Parts: sequence; C-alpha cells; structure tokens
Amino acid sequence: MTLSLLQLIAVALLVLAIGLSAVRLFLGPSTPDRVVAADTLAVITTAGLVGLAGAFDNPIYLDIALVYGTLAFVGTVAVARAIEGNRE
Amino acid sequence: MNLIGDILLVIGCAFIALGSLGLIRMPDVYNRLQAGTKAATLGAMSVLLGIGFHHPDWWAKLLVIAGFVLFTNPVGSSTIARASLKAGIEPKRVGESPEFKP
Repeated sequence: MTLSLLQLIAVALLVLAIGLSAVRLFLGPSTPDRVVAADTLAVITTAGLVGLAGAFDNPIYLDIALVYGTLAFVGTVAVARAIEGNRE
Repeated sequence: MNLIGDILLVIGCAFIALGSLGLIRMPDVYNRLQAGTKAATLGAMSVLLGIGFHHPDWWAKLLVIAGFVLFTNPVGSSTIARASLKAGIEPKRVGESPEFKP
C-alpha cells in the first residue's frame, strides 16, 4: 500500500476537516452546535472508511461504513429529539 | 482511470474541508448546519465516486452507501434545525427585519 501524491493531499485535507470539526465540537456554545459538529464528523468518518477500503483493497470496510452511517443517523436523531423536549 | 479517481478524491476531501471551515466560521447554528451538511454531503459523494473509479467492481455497495448518505443527511439536518428552533435558539439577525417571526 503506497499512496500517491494526490492521495496524500486527500488524506491531509481529511485530517484538517476532522480537526476543524473537533474544534467546533469542543467549544460549541450551545448543544445543537455540538450535534451539528458530531453529524459532520459522522459524514467525514463515513467518507474516510470508504477511502480506507480503497487503500487496503478490502471491501469489508464498506460494510463498516454503512453500519457506522446508520448508527450515527440514529444517534443524531435521538439527541435532536432529546434537545427538542416535549413542551407544547 | 486511477488518475481520475485520485482527482475526484482530492476534490471531495477539499469540499469536506471547506465545509468544516464553514462550521468554524459561520455565526449561527442554522448557518453552521447549512455549511456542515451540504458541503460534506457533496464531498462524500465525490469520494465515493473516486473510489468507484479505483475499484469498479464495488459499485453496488458504493451505490447503497451513496443512497443512504443522500437519504439520511437532509433528514438529520432538518431534525436538528427543528429541535434547535423549538428549544428557543433565535436565528442571528443581520440588517433590519424586526417583524420577521420564524
């Protein structure tokens, strides 16, 4: 597994994206900010797992990406409904 | 073929990085939602297409993942926006529109 120059640039950009989203996750002023950052991190992780499947030539990581996306979606919706509360 | 896949990977990761930069720079929850969801979705689509150029025999699983991301991301973002609006977080007002009620 040797990465070409363009693939190294892609990995660097993905790491930059993870860092910026983690900054918003740590110092978001309110709870929905943190939920938005966690949702973006889930999308980034799904794309990263697909890239890992390409890097390792192993299609099992595609299944892992699909399951991770499912669980992250369920978690996002659950936390959002918990923020919303049941005030009427 | 591999060169096209690498270029699509770089484009997708650049879109994801710009979406995360918008997550830092935007002033409001709703603007951050726009930046963080739409740009990251487009970047993930481009990354999936690039891996599809690298490995053309994985097209079925890649299509399932692409459809899943395209289906769940708008649902999640609209749920977050509705929850933060019901939790009482006001949108940031710029300029004069004092009679606007969300």
